[in-house]
Amino acid sequence: MAAQMQTSKPTGPGAAAVLAAGTGTFTIGLMASLAGASAGLNNALNWYGPTGPLSGKTGVGVVAWLLAWIILHAAWKSKNVNFGRAFNWALALVILGFLLTFPPVFGLFARE
Amino acid sequence: MSVSSRELWTVLHGLIFGSLFLLAFAGGLAGLYSLRPEWVTVAGIRERLRRLLAGTWLMAVLAWITVLSGTYIVYPWYRAKAPDSPRSLLLANPATKLWHNFGMEWKEHVGWFAPILATAVAFTVLYYGPQLAREPRVRRALVWLFAFAFAAAGIAGVFGAFLNKVAPIR
Repeated sequence: MAAQMQTSKPTGPGAAAVLAAGTGTFTIGLMASLAGASAGLNNALNWYGPTGPLSGKTGVGVVAWLLAWIILHAAWKSKNVNFGRAFNWALALVILGFLLTFPPVFGLFARE
Repeated sequence: MSVSSRELWTVLHGLIFGSLFLLAFAGGLAGLYSLRPEWVTVAGIRERLRRLLAGTWLMAVLAWITVLSGTYIVYPWYRAKAPDSPRSLLLANPATKLWHNFGMEWKEHVGWFAPILATAVAFTVLYYGPQLAREPRVRRALVWLFAFAFAAAGIAGVFGAFLNKVAPIR
């Protein structure tokens, strides 16, 4: 009874965190595949010499994750959005991200 | 009984930080799964939530330390241009080059999924607080994200262990 009388927090901030995480992981996968396909992009992602292009690929992913989180959080912070739909999108993005980092898959985009 | 600083960092990255993350997963999963009002009293939910919060944030921090130490401390030694670096040795031998082309290529990218997903889980647990017990849909979503974080860390950890066996960093 006490639990039923408690007010519920809006779903927006939780949905924003979940969807932003999907965006970040997908972006890392996308960068891994695109860098394999383009020598120019691969060189541009070499942000830190000793680590090589991995620094840029993961750096872009982290920036995309944080930006998506900030933007979605600001847009949804006091709203009740469809959490299930946000999660389904996040799940699809995470799975795509996994596929795009899988060497036989990103090898399909690799330059010869 | 000496250990070089490179060997020490490799152990810290994989065997300490990474393994602690993987070990903590079972506890976090059980905490999320069992946070149900029909199973636990109000006081029990508060107590479990404190542990779940501490556990999920600890896992997120461990995952960040693991990928940052791996990418910016250990990986440069692995991929050095020198002919005796682990990457050079693996690629020089047709029998071992798949360890780099498949194992390292997958590990170095997918490992970064773990801290991002673990942070999203930790934040959502913090945001919802006790309300999480009344949100089965959110708990299920967090269990899935947690499982993907574990899978990513597991792939990175298993390939890391094999790579360090086949071509150790010295």
